[in-house]
Amino acid sequence: MPRFKEITDTEAKDTLARGDLRLMVGPFAYCLQSNETLVFDGLRKLYGDHQILPTESFSDFHLSLRPANLVQKWRKKIDFYFDGQRPFNRIESQHAYAFLEWGMNWCVSTTANEQLKLHAAVLAKNGIGLILPGLPGAGKSTLAAALCLAGWRILSDEHALIPFRTNNLIPLCRPISLKNQSIEIIRKFDANVVLGPETHETHKGTVVHMKADLAPGSHDQSFIPAQLMIFPRYSQEAKLVLHKKPKTEAFMFAGLHSFNYSLLSQTGFDTMCTLMDAVSCYDLTFSDLDKAVQVIEKLLLEAGKS
Amino acid sequence: MNPLLVKVLNDPHKSTQLTLNQWEILIPQARVASLLSTLYILLEEKGLLGSIPDRPRAHLFSDWLIHNSQVQTLKYEVKWLKRALGKADVKLILLKGAAYIAGNLPAERGRLIGDIDLLVPVEKIELCETVLAEFGWKPGEQEPYDEQYYRQWMHEIPPLRHVNRGSILDVHHTIIPPTAKPNLDAKKLFADAHEINPGIWVLAATDMVIHSAAHLFHEGEFDHGLRDLLDLDRLLRHFGEKETQFWAQLLPRAKELDLQRPLYYALRYVRHFFHNPIPPSVLEMTSALKPGYLKTRIMDFCFLRAFLPDHPSCCIRGVSIARFFLYLRSHYLRMPIHLLIPHLVRKARMRYFNDSKQDEGETNKALN
Repeated sequence: MPRFKEITDTEAKDTLARGDLRLMVGPFAYCLQSNETLVFDGLRKLYGDHQILPTESFSDFHLSLRPANLVQKWRKKIDFYFDGQRPFNRIESQHAYAFLEWGMNWCVSTTANEQLKLHAAVLAKNGIGLILPGLPGAGKSTLAAALCLAGWRILSDEHALIPFRTNNLIPLCRPISLKNQSIEIIRKFDANVVLGPETHETHKGTVVHMKADLAPGSHDQSFIPAQLMIFPRYSQEAKLVLHKKPKTEAFMFAGLHSFNYSLLSQTGFDTMCTLMDAVSCYDLTFSDLDKAVQVIEKLLLEAGKS
Repeated sequence: MNPLLVKVLNDPHKSTQLTLNQWEILIPQARVASLLSTLYILLEEKGLLGSIPDRPRAHLFSDWLIHNSQVQTLKYEVKWLKRALGKADVKLILLKGAAYIAGNLPAERGRLIGDIDLLVPVEKIELCETVLAEFGWKPGEQEPYDEQYYRQWMHEIPPLRHVNRGSILDVHHTIIPPTAKPNLDAKKLFADAHEINPGIWVLAATDMVIHSAAHLFHEGEFDHGLRDLLDLDRLLRHFGEKETQFWAQLLPRAKELDLQRPLYYALRYVRHFFHNPIPPSVLEMTSALKPGYLKTRIMDFCFLRAFLPDHPSCCIRGVSIARFFLYLRSHYLRMPIHLLIPHLVRKARMRYFNDSKQDEGETNKALN
């Protein structure tokens, strides 16, 4: 299957406008439609290494970002369509790219209950999976971006997908979303970072997405067993503190912030048990990204030995 | 022309011959019609799950898990409802989805439910509200106008929401708005309700069908139209087979409850979409209930479109007009015109002033 960057700009633009751009994103296929330049530019910049599927295939999610009619086009407002429905309110067309990424996340959050879904960033190195659960604002995306730029493979910046009764992780490699101060922090961390269109004044402030499929095999869909679970907490000026976290506490937190733990009832509980038996859990408070990455590398080495 | 979803519901074996591009029409159609889990169970029963492609199957399975979770939640909520209403010495009578699930009726298979619908005698409404509040189900914030609208004109009180668990109750005292034209004596419904499981009551078979029909064909929004029509199809098949007197009683009962017209439509469209085997003798009797030629043509135009899944693949000419017409019709059926016009003006004004405020809140919540 060809990769998105292997087709020409004209062909890409045409396919997207026609609503037949089919991108593989982890286990899911997205079929996208848009005439918005921002959407086209963002996708070209961030999804070049994703595979594209032919028309004769099954797409999980059919999304479209377009003005509902001529009046809305003139007012520079667009709608987000999922299967022809509009689950959200109208948005400014300058927010198109950020909205596409949110919308793509939303599709996974609201469907796909055939696996346990935790709210977490997920990475891997040397065949060892690392889960970073965290509330919004805890710095999980920033830390994930830093790890990714330091050679880790990103498996997801939002959803840990875990097949029932295993501790496996299903890779769902997507651009990482960075907000507000994190954008500058990551730019300083690595000057060569590839960023998509910047979206200002969204309900979460300024948002930008970072190309994250940097490691070789980023789009390999083999499962990776989770062995580490770190609960990051970014705190300005804070010294780095790493604590072993009791598994019961980690279980409760991760379960509570899961997308479908309670929906899955017994299966959810069994899966969490299998997962928690397999991972070592830590709390990590940090302000300096380099130091945080070093500490995590050390934990990786220990996990590799055991 | 029937949509792919209807074809597969009627003949599940068709699912084995679909191309991938047909699957990506079928799955979204089933999703917007809230029928993914229904389809999952249907294919499972026919032993066809193994022969369909992985990704479509995952979508069906995912929604079946939601259905399972809803069934479990419902059973738990019903336990508490039994206790609460027991305290008020009122029978727990479940309606619609909750009744199908609690009564293990075939319409239950894969059925997703939103709210739990109850029926209590009108003179016990206040008592029930008090008791339900003690058990945690409380009314949400209502505009004073909406509150008054419910209390004065509707067949139900404003929805109650459980403060901890979030479950939502719609407490009805009859099955159509008292301001609507049909002259229905709710006491008859209570008299014939029966206990389906210890402490859990449902309407009589005929009344369950008539209620389902009245609800559907007085409704203004058809998001779940096809699913509700499928409920009717399954209820009719089930009761027709299990209860010997069912078909003989159905039409007379509809006459007694003054709800013949919605029943006529129900029978007409379950036949059209799902080839329901209605006995010829019953069909013959229903022909007397048929509206005039022009009205039949107009209603066909509207309903044949309104029942299509709201998906681009079903966007035939006239769909939006049909939906809009039925929306207006539902209001017209709900209350006489001298009440309706001031109400609509009032609602439009409220909507206009509240819109911008609400919009942002909702989008933000959805994306957090």
